[in-house]
Amino acid sequence: MAEGTVTRPGPRVVAGQRHSGALPTARAGRRYATILAVLATLAVLVASGTLAWDNPMPFGSTGFWRIAELRATSLVIIVVVAFCQAIATVSFHTVTNNRIITPSIMGFESLYRLVQTSAVFFLGAAGIIAVQGVWQFVLQVALMVAFAAGLYGWLLSGKYANLQIMLLIGVILGGGLGALASFMQRLLTPTEFDLLTARLIGSIANADASYLAVSVPLAAAAGATLWLGAGRLNVLGLGRDTAINLGADHRRQTIVVLLLVSVLMAVSTSLVGPMTFFGFLVAMIAYQLADTYDHRLIFPVAWLTGFVVLAGAYFVLKNVFYAQGAVGVIIEIVGGSFFLAYILRKGRL
Amino acid sequence: MTESLTDLPPAVTSPAAPVRARVPKSRLFTWPLLAGLAATAGLVALSLFVGVYDILGAEDGAEMFAITRIPRTIALVLAGAAMAMSGMVMQQLTQNRFVEPSTAGTTEWAGLGLLLIMIVMPEAPLLVKMTGAVLTAFVGTMVFFGFLRRVTLRSSIIVPIVGMMLGAVVGAVSTFIALSTDMLQSMGVWFLGSFTSVLQGQYEPLWAVVIVVVAVFVAADRFTVAGLGQDVATNVGLNYNRVVLLGTGLIAAATGIVTVVVGNLPFLGLIVPNIVSLFRGDDLRSNLPWVCLLGIWVVTVCDIIGRVIVMPFEVPVATILAVLGAVVFILLLLRARRRG
Amino acid sequence: MITLTSVAKSYSSEVAIGPVDLTIPAGGITALVGPNGAGKSTLLTMIGRLLAMDEGAIEVAGLDIATTPSKDLAKIVSILRQENHFVARLTVRQLVGFGRFPYSRGRLTLGDEEIVSRSIDFLGMGELEGRYLDELSGGQRQRAYVAMVLAQDTDCLLLDEPLNNLDMQHSVQMMHHLRRAATELGRTIVIVLHDVNFASHYADRICAIKDGRIVHVGLPEEIMRGDVLTEIFDTPVDVVDGPRGRLAVYY
Repeated sequence: MAEGTVTRPGPRVVAGQRHSGALPTARAGRRYATILAVLATLAVLVASGTLAWDNPMPFGSTGFWRIAELRATSLVIIVVVAFCQAIATVSFHTVTNNRIITPSIMGFESLYRLVQTSAVFFLGAAGIIAVQGVWQFVLQVALMVAFAAGLYGWLLSGKYANLQIMLLIGVILGGGLGALASFMQRLLTPTEFDLLTARLIGSIANADASYLAVSVPLAAAAGATLWLGAGRLNVLGLGRDTAINLGADHRRQTIVVLLLVSVLMAVSTSLVGPMTFFGFLVAMIAYQLADTYDHRLIFPVAWLTGFVVLAGAYFVLKNVFYAQGAVGVIIEIVGGSFFLAYILRKGRL
Repeated sequence: MTESLTDLPPAVTSPAAPVRARVPKSRLFTWPLLAGLAATAGLVALSLFVGVYDILGAEDGAEMFAITRIPRTIALVLAGAAMAMSGMVMQQLTQNRFVEPSTAGTTEWAGLGLLLIMIVMPEAPLLVKMTGAVLTAFVGTMVFFGFLRRVTLRSSIIVPIVGMMLGAVVGAVSTFIALSTDMLQSMGVWFLGSFTSVLQGQYEPLWAVVIVVVAVFVAADRFTVAGLGQDVATNVGLNYNRVVLLGTGLIAAATGIVTVVVGNLPFLGLIVPNIVSLFRGDDLRSNLPWVCLLGIWVVTVCDIIGRVIVMPFEVPVATILAVLGAVVFILLLLRARRRG
Repeated sequence: MITLTSVAKSYSSEVAIGPVDLTIPAGGITALVGPNGAGKSTLLTMIGRLLAMDEGAIEVAGLDIATTPSKDLAKIVSILRQENHFVARLTVRQLVGFGRFPYSRGRLTLGDEEIVSRSIDFLGMGELEGRYLDELSGGQRQRAYVAMVLAQDTDCLLLDEPLNNLDMQHSVQMMHHLRRAATELGRTIVIVLHDVNFASHYADRICAIKDGRIVHVGLPEEIMRGDVLTEIFDTPVDVVDGPRGRLAVYY
């Protein structure tokens, strides 16, 4: 509902005049601006820290810039992953009217696991190489989006369309695919299995810079569409009945949003591997920080939060604990604990 | 409203109640059930004689039969019945048709317990491993029930989704631990339910699940009442917390023991009670023996399929159950969807 | 004006609604009454296009609800159901502001703000407009929702049991507000009510529904008769003349 800049939450607000902006009071507006500024500062700090900290080459030398460039690629990947996960999870929560489900459990990860495992299972160690490459990346994204689209087309259209049953069926299908992957993993040699494991745990190291040429435009297009439809998302967030009452084409818009979510999730999962609870963690923090219903204001906070969390985790684990490889798992465990704490609070779902 | 509530306790203690309880008992050994028992016996016999090793022709056939086939078949019967029954108990306690150990995180908790014991005491005897798995399964199931008691749910479909996410959290912790101790692949092998390694001398603790099955037969009605909520249970004079603890204990025992000896048997506890009530309605007491039998059938048939389709290799029963269970689960959901 | 032509909906072999033919004239309050499970709310949600009908047609102000784009209908008819839950945290004013979505698509103009303020004041919520919905009592929240559908500025307002969970004082206040909306703002209000006495006192017309069919339509004095109510509710009802009009006595 807000228009223009952050510091001016309501349109043409004159002090003291009644308005319905996304940030109800001037104080809320200042609070939001402060939070955004702090997050942005943190993001800049973490980014420059990642680029410059512990760089063995003297500042300004060619070697220094080469290492910084390598690190910059990782940062761009983190930016893309944080964007995809944050925007997808927030939008997914809104259309499902439920803040405890993460989109990642809807079969995207199981599909990823199955694709990677089959490659190693059928082609051996060479399979790991065989599934890398821009075309393979595109194919994998397309496979995931097609899976999601098939699911929505099947269960969200027709007389008996039911969103929650669609979600549960997505989760079960994911479970079935995961079982096939587990079966194949059982038959791998330990060496093959070790190679595969590295791919199956979410890690920035899984991403290749060449994928960015595809993933950045895809994520940007999906994210921009969601951003432009933020007003509609706000209405969808009021629940089906109220949304239809206000003239929203609820079913069509739900399917469109879910498809965009699936594009974002497919890009993120294909890029770095499964991250089940990262999106959940980021969305939860973002809701608290932004404290508004307006997606135009939640999205930037969520994206920045995602970047600070992921890049910050890398920076700290790499430079303080020397445990860079464990970032994916640790974020999963922190996010998972958040999830546990959240569901054990009293409330209504 | 008040009238019907004051009517309830006398109805339970009135002379009519024992009669009503006796009716299903007198009907227990009906012709269909006897036929069901005969079918079970047939399947068990089939399971005893299916396999790569020629037990009738080979010289040491009888010995192999005693070492592998008999233990394997007994394990199938015990695990099938126990997991189907614990699914049933969970559904009664939560009053939700889609809840069972693998949609509530219980199996993942049991796995975590087993993993922890394996790391702390690699040489631990089976009994210690089982205790660890049962304990964590108990904690996990309590967490799940705690969640259900705290939140007001608008839809019963959300419950299994949250349960599976809970399982994913615990799974992530297990993965982390296994990864840092280099046990990831072996963990995958243990948890993937399979009867291949069930041998004489290694499966006997599984007999403990007989206690679970018997206890469920005795206490089934109490679980139903407890499932209606603390207020209803207290109103009819039932100690709610004790019944929930008993139920959780039975579920944890069955899941923990089966996980350690056999591995996961996904969706078994979900599809069996649902299929039974599809054919027989919702009379809990007369359904119990059928849940037991169907649980045995499903596991045995899946195991035989697994032994036969890629002979001489075996597909773990869990893989077949996961695929088959997912299909049945989805069909059940589609049916529920049509009914609104 | 709302016209229903052979509207039918079936859930299973036992539960079915219709075929219903009904014309609700423009203006005033029309109350839908009837026993539990008679299909009052179902009928209302079908008029409000929240639920698809199996057969028949519904027209609101001359527009077929099945073929008219939803966003055009949102300027003509608004519907409020009993249960409204969502996860977002909203203030009263933000919620009411959503009532202008059909016109502004989320970017409120000064004119929209004006209408929002008026709706809030109309329901006496001015003091509470900055409060979050989860900080309000049930009655206040209900009023906030009604303010939202009022701000939607539609000719027709459909309300599904708005008195549910309200105490005596808040029920009377709510009906009073709705009465004023009908009289002062000229809205056509269709409301599902449980209490026939509320219906007879505040409504201009009563439409009785039983087993999925319309059994009586008429002025309150035509419905407020012992034999008619006894037949509708399958329970002995006497109608007496009270100090403020007729009263159904059934206890």
